[in-house]
Amino acid sequence: MTHEVFRSAPPKVKPFRLNTDQQAFLLFITILLVFLGLWELGANAKLFLPIMPSASQTIADLWFWISNPFFDNGPNDQGIGFLLLTSLRRVLSGFLIGTAIAIPLGILIGLSPVVSKAVDPFIQILRPVSPLAWLPLGLALMRDSERTALFVIAITSIWPTLINTKFGVSNVDPAYLNVAHTLGASRWRIITKVILPAAAPNIVSGLRISLGIAWLVIVAAEILLSGGIGYFVWNEWNNLKITSIITAILIVGLVGLLMDYLFGVLQHRVSFGQRS
Amino acid sequence: MQSSASKMALPSLEPPVAHLTLQGISKVFPGRTGTVDKLLRRTSKPFVAIADIDLEVEPNTFVSIIGPSGCGKSTLLNIIAGLSQPTTGQVSINGQPVSAPGPDRGVVFQNYALMPWMTVAENIDFAVETVYPSMGIAQRKSIVQDYICLVGLRGAEAKHPHELSGGMKQRVGIARALAINPQILLMDEPFGALDALTRGFLQDEIERIWEQERKTVILITHSIEEALLLSDKIVMMTRGPAAGIAQVLDVPFPRPRRREELDQYPGYHELKAAMEQHLSYETRAVEESRVRK
Repeated sequence: MTHEVFRSAPPKVKPFRLNTDQQAFLLFITILLVFLGLWELGANAKLFLPIMPSASQTIADLWFWISNPFFDNGPNDQGIGFLLLTSLRRVLSGFLIGTAIAIPLGILIGLSPVVSKAVDPFIQILRPVSPLAWLPLGLALMRDSERTALFVIAITSIWPTLINTKFGVSNVDPAYLNVAHTLGASRWRIITKVILPAAAPNIVSGLRISLGIAWLVIVAAEILLSGGIGYFVWNEWNNLKITSIITAILIVGLVGLLMDYLFGVLQHRVSFGQRS
Repeated sequence: MQSSASKMALPSLEPPVAHLTLQGISKVFPGRTGTVDKLLRRTSKPFVAIADIDLEVEPNTFVSIIGPSGCGKSTLLNIIAGLSQPTTGQVSINGQPVSAPGPDRGVVFQNYALMPWMTVAENIDFAVETVYPSMGIAQRKSIVQDYICLVGLRGAEAKHPHELSGGMKQRVGIARALAINPQILLMDEPFGALDALTRGFLQDEIERIWEQERKTVILITHSIEEALLLSDKIVMMTRGPAAGIAQVLDVPFPRPRRREELDQYPGYHELKAAMEQHLSYETRAVEESRVRK
């Protein structure tokens, strides 16, 4: 009988299996434990230089910094929370300044082929320069380490946002522009209601890259200037406290990850099914 | 301001009357003839897409333009829409020459062209607000709602295009084009990207909507059945280059038409046979010229 075929098979007892995520998590934990174990063994067996702390010392120190983030015993002895706030304040201010330059300029060169061609040589020459090369120039111009930090971060934040904004604005699907033209929309209305929303996913992805690079650069800039998490790293190197340096590396990484995640959420929100 | 809002309630109040005239329309795409191109050996001859098109479209008639692929149907529609300029000739509506796009012509695009960041209602509202900037919000909302109902999308107002099927997207496209109360509706293969069942369903919808709201419609299509179901007149084009009008057929079937009964109308089979013969002859010629190239 044919309908016998369609009758559902009796439920089999499924063998116990982990799904992909669970397997990956187990592997992650395994790698972490093996790494920490080898580190601990190596340090106890004195395989490394004496300056290198053991894993357990590092974790203890990490806990010290995390459990007590806000103390202030003068500029060279601050809790990790205050240090992070200093660095974040600089990165966000510099990033906002850079963004305020990059987005309008990107829109302008995206809309005008003439401006685009005229400005392109400047962008192409300045873009590949390490942001730190601007630092002495900033010091000379600003005569102030705080403002120099903002200057360097602002310059760093300009390029990816500028280039992505230009790309987004000049590559709007012509179909959307045709719709606006057939309705007789004004130039201003086309820019604000069509071109900018259409370019938003590109603009946000530029901002995401800019902020990531700004966060990379702030540590290096602060080593050369003063204050913040970068200066902390350098200071602890002078104190030969490797545990603090490793702590700082982990925390800088976590904060960077968090900021990138937030921009990822924003990117998804402006994409509406396009490229996401 | 056109009384678009009251249009639904009082369809006889202000029927848009548009007499569309095309005179001697040609479109030539310039070839590469510059010195640099000559040096790089990449010169090409100018391409005459369409040549000498003359057409009169009576008010409130449904006209289909059908022809072999690549014959410049879409070029012609873009010229009527004002998105592309004719090399020679003149498009006029009620005797007024038109050369730029404008809200007197509503366009339905083959690829829907909905703004992905706007909801269904916002897409339609964008069109209404653009065309009637001084209209109050309440009136705009009611127009948007009317046209959402007209195309049967009530309940989907707050959805974004990526949440819609192709057929639903094109219904938004049709609502958007109609909501500005254009004198002429231009449709460029509006169902070309849809599967056969959805296409048939939307053709029936277009027939229903057109019965409710008669307008001058220009439909680009390559489906003989679609043209016969919907049109008053069918313009058959010759193959390109230099495509022109081969013949204009009258479709005298009474309305409202029903797809199931279409082949019962006298003359249906003769019309269909004439179109099939013309199109297959032209298509064969196109294919052969491509093979020889």
